[in-house]
Amino acid sequence: MDMSVDFAGIKMKNPVMVSSGTFGYGKEFSELFDLNILGGIITKGTSLKPKAGNAPPRICETPGGLLNAIGLQNPGVEYVVEHYLPWLRKFDAAVIVNACGGTVEDCVDVCKILDSADIDGVELNLSCPNVKAGGGALGGDYETVKEVTGRVRRVLSKPLIVKLTPNVSDIASLAKGAEDAGADAVSLVNTFLSMCIDINTRRPILGNNTGGLSGPAIRPIAVRMVYEAAQAVRIPVLGMGGIVNGNDAIEFILAGATAISIGTGNFYDPVCSVNTVNDIESYMEKHGVSRIKDLVGAVILNN
Amino acid sequence: MLFCEDSELLERECLGPCLYRFSVRSNNICDNAKPGQFLQIQVDGGLGAFLRRPFSIFDIDRSNGIVDFIFQAKGQGTRLLSKKHVGEHINIIGPLGDGVFSWDGCGNVMIIGGGIGIFPLYLLAKRLPKKHNAFVRLGFRSKDNVVLEDEFREQCHALNIFTDDGTYGLRGSVCRNLDSDLGSDDIDAIFACGPLPMLRSVKEIAARREIPCQVSLEERMGCAIGACMGCAVKFSDTGKPPAYARVCKDGPVFNAADVEF
Ligand SMILES: Cc1cc2nc3c(=O)[nH]c(=O)nc-3n(C[C@H](O)[C@H](O)[C@H](O)COP(=O)(O)OP(=O)(O)OC[C@H]3O[C@@H](n4cnc5c(N)ncnc54)[C@H](O)[C@@H]3O)c2cc1C
Ligand SMILES: Cc1cc2nc3c(=O)[nH]c(=O)nc-3n(C[C@H](O)[C@H](O)[C@H](O)COP(=O)(O)O)c2cc1C
Repeated sequence: MDMSVDFAGIKMKNPVMVSSGTFGYGKEFSELFDLNILGGIITKGTSLKPKAGNAPPRICETPGGLLNAIGLQNPGVEYVVEHYLPWLRKFDAAVIVNACGGTVEDCVDVCKILDSADIDGVELNLSCPNVKAGGGALGGDYETVKEVTGRVRRVLSKPLIVKLTPNVSDIASLAKGAEDAGADAVSLVNTFLSMCIDINTRRPILGNNTGGLSGPAIRPIAVRMVYEAAQAVRIPVLGMGGIVNGNDAIEFILAGATAISIGTGNFYDPVCSVNTVNDIESYMEKHGVSRIKDLVGAVILNN
Repeated sequence: MLFCEDSELLERECLGPCLYRFSVRSNNICDNAKPGQFLQIQVDGGLGAFLRRPFSIFDIDRSNGIVDFIFQAKGQGTRLLSKKHVGEHINIIGPLGDGVFSWDGCGNVMIIGGGIGIFPLYLLAKRLPKKHNAFVRLGFRSKDNVVLEDEFREQCHALNIFTDDGTYGLRGSVCRNLDSDLGSDDIDAIFACGPLPMLRSVKEIAARREIPCQVSLEERMGCAIGACMGCAVKFSDTGKPPAYARVCKDGPVFNAADVEF
């Protein structure tokens, strides 16, 4: 059975990645399982300058998921390139750095530095709901996605994956914006802008007041959006949102994702990505699928 | 060393109102656990409680490979957990936390616990070499909430129980007369865990007397292994922008002076 995929020019032995922000830079999870099992690892969002992050609480459990407002706490791109990436490179898994910035210039500058780093690609976050004057605002419509992607494309020769915000009504147009500006792939979904209120104190639970919803609670919406994006563009799609096992992963692949990524699932079970790789293999065996590629977008719509 | 494994529930004891003591089998955790560390426990992973729940390691029985934790069933997840039966397996990540209780270079110590904050302090009292006289203060709301008195008494030099309403032991807060006792008992290290108002009082009194004070903190956690930056606590004296530590990895035990809570 052939689980390998060519995703945006990145060769991976299987389509399973772990999502930005839920896996740090890999070190902690490497104490629990062999990272060589993964197809790829997407790092925590990395900005030009170090970011302190938001005031706590930053996490709040919801039915089948969680709200987070971490605020992109990270030590800055130079530190990451020097201290984290060389270690991560030792594994037989694609290394993709998630890049973020509050302005177009920031995004461009981070990607300039990443272009000469020893990595397989960049995931450009145009979608974080938790950073004021950034993220979401940078990628909320066709024009801005195209504009930022284009500017980054000019300085980045490595594979460029643009991560789209799901907090829009027309996801297809965002995907199109990325494709038209030369992105190699799009990834979705990021988290859905949400809010939880403590009814005793009458205050929002998160220090940031609002946060992003992730986990199984968002999965059906994510599958629909991946389907719509995949229909709209020819570049490959990295699908994510609530995946916790192989069945979930297959659902995204059928909807049109060439590769998939696990985020919040890593919290519920830190070895959930390993189980997902094994589950996909069993599914292929059971259904006589010899190449995982053959399943991409193979959903059969009802008439 | 960190482990993630299915551990059999060997014993389940109800200690008091909504308070449960679980004994699980794990040689790996037994061999590696340090006082102050915690476990991250899967409740069901579904709609009931998607995230795991963090609980302190209460006790370790190395010769039999048994780990105990004690928890209060209050919200949805802990209520579900309390319904597990002996013989069932529970998925546990542990032992967690690089910030642990440390007694290097100190003499007499004061251990202060309030409510469900007393649990991480037992293994500390047990492991602390007896040459450090341990003066322990435990605070509870009322007589019905007092637990583990005999267990703690066995492990310490002197034990005082406080209840808010005076129905058992000394009346009032666990910080009552703390200031003067720190002097008369010649204390040069304090270890504390409990509700935030209590921890703040302890921190203030310790600072006034210039006695080093270690506190075990709680915060809502995502991964609990240090990757997601979800459980932040602010470092003291960092101007703008502030700097945050991870309760799960840099803690859960911190020098009280180093963090703001
Ligand atoms: C390092 C550490 C050690 C702990 N040790 C113990 C212990 O030994 N015994 C014990 O009874 N309790 C302990 N707690 C607190 C315990 O984790 C919470 O009471 C528990 O998570 C609440 O879950 P719930 O299902 O009852 O509540 P819910 O209201 O259903 O919880 C919702 C969400 O908020 C989180 N949450 C709620 N309260 C807390 C809290 N105080 N701290 C962290 N997360 C919280 C939950 O984990 C969950 O993600 C500890 C917490 C930490 C961080
Ligand atoms: C705690 C946390 C932190 C995250 N941080 C980032 C980030 O830094 N950059 C980013 O692009 N996405 C970030 N995300 C979004 C995830 O990568 C993913 O897109 C989203 O959570 C949906 O997938 P899931 O349901 O599998 O978690 C974060 C998500 C969580 C839960």
